[in-house]
Amino acid sequence: MTTTHVAVGSRPHSAEAQPGENYLNCSHGLKSWLLTLDHKRIGVMYLIATLGSFLLGGIFALLVRTEHLTAGKTIMDADTYNQMFTLHGAVMVFLFIIPAIPAAFGNFVLPIMLGAKDVAFPRLNLASFYFWIAGAVLAVVSIAINAPDTGWTFYTPYSTSTATSVIPVVFGVFILGFSSIFTGLNFIVTIHKLRPKEMGWFQMPLFLWGLYATALIQILATPVLAITLLLLILERSLGIGIFDPALGGDPVLFQHFFWFYSHPAVYIMILPAMGIISELITTYSHKHIFSYRFIAYSSVAIAIFGFLVWGHHMFTSGQSSLLSMIFSAITFSVAIPSAIKVFNWVVTMYKGSIDLKTPMWYALIFIWVFSIGGLTGIFLGTLSVDVHLHDTYFVVAHFHYVMFGGTVMALLGGLHHWWPKMFGRMYNERWAQVATFLVFVGFNLTFFTQFVMGSRGMPRRYYMYPEEFTNWHVASTWGSYIMAAGFVLTAIYLLRSLAKGPIAPMNPWGGATLEWQTTSPPPHYNFDGDPPKTGDPYDFDRVKYDPETGSYYHEPLRG
Amino acid sequence: MAGNHADTAHAVPLRILLGTWGALIFLTWATVAVTNFQLGPLNIVVALGIAVIKSTLVALFFMHLRWDKPFNAIVFVSALLFVFLFITFALLDTKQYQPTLIPGYAPDMPAAATEASPS
Amino acid sequence: MTAHSAAHAEHPPHLAHHFETPVQQFESGKLGMWLFLGTELLMFGGLFCAYAIYRANHPDIFLYAHQFLDKKLGGINTVVLICSSLTMAWAVRAAQLGQRALLVLMLLLTLACAGGFMGIKYVEYKAKFEHGLLPGTHYVAQTDHGHGGDHAAPGHEAAAGEAAAPHAAAGDAHATPAEGDAVAHEMAADEAAAHALEVTPTPPVSAADAPKIGRAAAAPGTFRPGPEPTTDGHGPAAVPANPQIFFGIYFAMTGLHGFHVLAGMIVITWLLVLSLRGTFGPDYFTPVDLVGLYWHIVDLIWIFLFPLLYLIH
Repeated sequence: MTTTHVAVGSRPHSAEAQPGENYLNCSHGLKSWLLTLDHKRIGVMYLIATLGSFLLGGIFALLVRTEHLTAGKTIMDADTYNQMFTLHGAVMVFLFIIPAIPAAFGNFVLPIMLGAKDVAFPRLNLASFYFWIAGAVLAVVSIAINAPDTGWTFYTPYSTSTATSVIPVVFGVFILGFSSIFTGLNFIVTIHKLRPKEMGWFQMPLFLWGLYATALIQILATPVLAITLLLLILERSLGIGIFDPALGGDPVLFQHFFWFYSHPAVYIMILPAMGIISELITTYSHKHIFSYRFIAYSSVAIAIFGFLVWGHHMFTSGQSSLLSMIFSAITFSVAIPSAIKVFNWVVTMYKGSIDLKTPMWYALIFIWVFSIGGLTGIFLGTLSVDVHLHDTYFVVAHFHYVMFGGTVMALLGGLHHWWPKMFGRMYNERWAQVATFLVFVGFNLTFFTQFVMGSRGMPRRYYMYPEEFTNWHVASTWGSYIMAAGFVLTAIYLLRSLAKGPIAPMNPWGGATLEWQTTSPPPHYNFDGDPPKTGDPYDFDRVKYDPETGSYYHEPLRG
Repeated sequence: MAGNHADTAHAVPLRILLGTWGALIFLTWATVAVTNFQLGPLNIVVALGIAVIKSTLVALFFMHLRWDKPFNAIVFVSALLFVFLFITFALLDTKQYQPTLIPGYAPDMPAAATEASPS
Repeated sequence: MTAHSAAHAEHPPHLAHHFETPVQQFESGKLGMWLFLGTELLMFGGLFCAYAIYRANHPDIFLYAHQFLDKKLGGINTVVLICSSLTMAWAVRAAQLGQRALLVLMLLLTLACAGGFMGIKYVEYKAKFEHGLLPGTHYVAQTDHGHGGDHAAPGHEAAAGEAAAPHAAAGDAHATPAEGDAVAHEMAADEAAAHALEVTPTPPVSAADAPKIGRAAAAPGTFRPGPEPTTDGHGPAAVPANPQIFFGIYFAMTGLHGFHVLAGMIVITWLLVLSLRGTFGPDYFTPVDLVGLYWHIVDLIWIFLFPLLYLIH
């Protein structure tokens, strides 16, 4: 320890951790967190930051829903309404849902699952967190100046002519893009280069396949968003006119640029969620995942198909009918890898010993809700149907079923699954299941009604609506209140567990992957000594329950 | 350590570096010279072809890809493939809808407002 | 546990804690850099896409507007960047072989080439600004409508390879001196500036007086020569509608590229400081190698920008 390493962490740590020492208590003070290079602490900071954004975006959502309690003006004027739904979309998409799972759980779990000490580039990892902060600050500044009212898609030419402060928020998203790129880059290099020699590609936990596929999209798509936003800023500040028809530009081109990133971006949101579900289903069924390779390949397949379908957002935007047909056809093909995953999860549960803990409830909700979201996506990918449904509440309901019902449910499942590992405390299972129930009921009440409204022609982003939609809107709003109650309850019992929850054992759920073979919370270097040797990541035959400690443990690897 | 590094730390021979440089300078001259001939639509093909050859030389020798792990080359080539994909689809689409555009038409938008002025 | 600690005790000086061997660390850095270069390609790819779309759909704009670019300066810049790529590759070699003085020299030469590139870029930009050859709303309509009518473009390009004086004369033959030939004037100015670096030409038309376009001024007649279809009758000589699109793309592409050159100069300076301290040698040269890769990609993008922007037929 006397040589001058490139130190990891703000103070040198001993390789041999003291008993009871973990990553949370090995160093103290605000500085030891803000300047940490430890992937676990960075993951926790991301978790706090993204959940904070979720709260902010959620407040905007509740305000939008509240406005819709009556057909006319309820609590805000039309311009404010436009700003509210824009902020809800922009905050939820760019600040919360894109970074949440990879940056928070990915950062925390990925190196441990590999048996590595850290990600490949710890400094870059911290830098990417501060890029996130900088982007978030700019977005908040734009709210303070004069919140944009363009919708989160920033379509030209409205975004170049509105009087609201588009530039700060667009520049903020530009910076957030770098945060996302650097996280993805770090994960790809970590998986390639820090994976132990004995762990082959098909011995990685499936969450890592999800993160790897996500990182590929982050690397390949996000730079195009960066240039799009840069051109938008130039358009607004210098009037370069590439997207402005008044200057000879082409506004449809903006949509091509935007969706070349933003469609793959929805897979940035869902792929890590699917990775979490793969972990949850197999862990709480105590049964080997069915058809590992197909789930792994389907992640990569979704990532690649995701790049070939962006035009399905532009069926009614003036896109040529030839391209619309091509994009529509390829869109249907995305259903194949998605369905492969759903079937494999269901088959994994078959004859498993299912333990209906909170994370498993969320996994079951995911399968149910994601299937609805995915199947309605087929309707929207169909050209003739989309002409009717485009820009209605049907679309809103569809992507909330996928993004909220899919990604957020998986995130909640992952949060409950890894909570004991992250903080070393158990939450109250009973309250957790009550909250899960509230979220499930609230979610479906909020968004199923929107399917009905959308199919009857209620356009999205409209301030007022005809009286006949009142009952549906009111039901939807009440659903959002129930959901909010579920989230508040979740926040209460989780925070309470930090102080008063029982101490978590090493492996409370019977997980088979490496993070369950280290202490809860893990030590600074993730394992005391060398990480255990791994073979098959889902070898549940080795995982035994020890009633004395209330924890599962791994029998040593045979052979 | 030096032995450890030997397999990655392949120093490119000076002969190859200078040869690559010479080829690049020659091709730059060639790409300028060829503009003196009217080749019609072939001009852009020739110009891009020369640019592709030049960039291949840079990538293979200056950037060491010739001796690197193949995965780095895969990263490089797949990035190019995705650029190609993007351009192809977008170009295909704009070409298709071009005839339906009304020449010189621009919707009447409110005058460009200054940033940050209160609404 | 003991094996673990023993491995730590033998840490080579530049090995970060979470890597097992220097080779692993080196390869990680290299893969990371290649991934980053992939993102750079995709980012520029967006601009190339915009270029391809406007070039394919409005070739007349490109044919007309590219005449205002100085092919000679563009060509010199290409050669300068290629030379800097050579010196950078040589610097990597010097670092690998432990030739410290050579490393410093090569980094200095690279930096000098980069500075030269930016200097020439400055001269080019300055000329554009003076003539109002600016993107979008800032574009000022050029007055030399007749230029390029009778195969003037190739002639003009041939002249660009020669001295300034005959070229300026050739330019004057096309337009009345009172109006001035903006192209010829700009070319002369650029070349003079490139040679003497102090000539401040007086534009024949004050940029401020010429009509600007903009939403307010975009009414037909003030700027646009006419709706697009009518330009067909004029042949290639006519000023096409919306030439400012070309300059929007030109400035976006070269501006973003120039920004990358500047960023490269900063990191090369950092390398220079480290190599003066003797940090690099056969055991540790990763930063030189990685910055080298970055620098070559900057060169590589210019290799495409040059023919696409300056050499249009």
